[in-house]
Amino acid sequence: MTEPFHGISHMLAIPFMDHALLAGGLIALASGVVGYFLVLRNQVFTGDALSHVAFTGALGALALGVDLHLGLYLGCITIAVVMAVLSRRGITDDVTIGNIFSFVLGLGTFFLAYYATHQIGGTDATAGVSVLFGSILGLSSSQTTFDVFVALAVIIAIVIIGRPLLFASIDSAVAEARGMPVRALGVVFLVLVGVTAGEATQAVGALLLLGLLATPAGAAQRLTTHPYTAMSFSAVIALASVWIGLCLSYAQPVLPPSFSILAIATSIYLGSWAISAWRSRVRGSGKTARSTYTSLR
Amino acid sequence: MNPLSKISELFSYHFMVNAYAAGTIVAVCAGAIGWFMVLRRQTFAGHTLAVIGFPGASAAVFLGLSVSTGYFVSCIGGAVIIGLLPRGTTGETRVAESAVIGTIQAFALAAGVLFVNLYQGFLNGVTSLLFGSFLGITNTQVVVLGAVCGLATVALAAIARPLLFASVDADVASARGVPVQSLSVAFLVLLGAAVAAASQITGSLLVFAVLVMPAAAAQRLTNNPRRSLVISIAIAVVITWLGLYAAYVSSYPVGFYLTSIGFVIYLLAIGSEYLRSHRPLRTSSIRAHR
Repeated sequence: MTEPFHGISHMLAIPFMDHALLAGGLIALASGVVGYFLVLRNQVFTGDALSHVAFTGALGALALGVDLHLGLYLGCITIAVVMAVLSRRGITDDVTIGNIFSFVLGLGTFFLAYYATHQIGGTDATAGVSVLFGSILGLSSSQTTFDVFVALAVIIAIVIIGRPLLFASIDSAVAEARGMPVRALGVVFLVLVGVTAGEATQAVGALLLLGLLATPAGAAQRLTTHPYTAMSFSAVIALASVWIGLCLSYAQPVLPPSFSILAIATSIYLGSWAISAWRSRVRGSGKTARSTYTSLR
Repeated sequence: MNPLSKISELFSYHFMVNAYAAGTIVAVCAGAIGWFMVLRRQTFAGHTLAVIGFPGASAAVFLGLSVSTGYFVSCIGGAVIIGLLPRGTTGETRVAESAVIGTIQAFALAAGVLFVNLYQGFLNGVTSLLFGSFLGITNTQVVVLGAVCGLATVALAAIARPLLFASVDADVASARGVPVQSLSVAFLVLLGAAVAAASQITGSLLVFAVLVMPAAAAQRLTNNPRRSLVISIAIAVVITWLGLYAAYVSSYPVGFYLTSIGFVIYLLAIGSEYLRSHRPLRTSSIRAHR
């Protein structure tokens, strides 16, 4: 502990830490960018519901004896599309979401029990817990490569649809009047959220998804109302949370990585809250993402 | 094989009697408070309170206290804090609010993981805290549940009329001198109690089985608020009784049965609403029944 750089070079010599830092870092960037839109579009509850689906998808796959990741992505994307179809204009009623996600989660406990009692393909007793709370320190090198590619694909997709999506999120009525495919954008966006949720489940676990999706984005939106700056802040905050969190858990193994990551993200959020409160006292608030966006156009 | 003999066998076990007693108490309380929660569109807040219960319960286990204490202290404490947070009125601040709630949720769960990690050899406990368990409900727990749920239900009955008014039309209610703000804080505290109670049967993550599903179904079945409230309680009780029975005769977790039965009832309610082309509970019908 006396020589932090010595500790860091030690840490980087461990393969599973490298995997965690690399995959976790890219997952964080993707979550930060997708999360920015999720918060802006007021769909945090949808992200929350997806986090439950991730659990059921992964354990359903285990119960059927197929690869956990297949179930994870398939479950998240399917439910994302279902929610997009169910909803009008891409915003779903929270009572309906609540009903669906409770049922889906209940199904997940069924799969967990089935998997545990039927001993499918070398049952891992901690499978349920690691899906719920993440297993970032257990990534294999092939899994890391896959995660990196998926995260890059999500980021590229957001870059491509970013401008119209921003317009549609901030002022859907005007965007629709100008002939933009607002509904289709909403569906594509939810699919991206589904993919990101599937990925982030490995990093922080199904239950803590919101910590990567909503927290950095919420903090960024307190710091600036400028859309593109906020989006980058959100990605950077997510990245910092994952990297600092991983280092913290490496230094203090009693802290689970998911906890450290979320603790850092939450501290950053509190910091940004304090900054925005201090700023609005100094020069008053009144600027919003919408007004800034309108003035930029 | 005879289902009736199975039922008499079931009640010869003390733990099942306790499970049924606790389940019924919780169902009545959650069915009623959940009805208002659905009407007020506060399901997200209800979910947050449930999630806050998890670190509370796991911290209680870690500190050697009872799980009940952990649930009640953390859920009711969380409700007071959320109730006292300044509420945004404009769309923009509401957006920020949902990020705050999301952050609180994720951090609460992460703190729960930390306590679980600190308390070694607790791995099976995690799933029962999250997804419910009907085994090992003690006599004391039944008494505590009865007392807290009884109090919460009486308090709800006392504020029910103004709360209904404030939930349906906050502006008119406050113009007529109804204390909308304090009612909303009081309701959140009641919700915290109901969530903490429900968590002890359904687990932190599946409280919606008795809090949302019965209420959502009931509000689709009738427009009459009083009738719909009674139906919600009845559905919650039915879900709990059937769920406990199914979990007793099979080897699958109780949370799975509770949510599945609840979901089927919800779907049936949607189906019957569709058939009768009934409209869901609306402001106008509540006004008409006042």
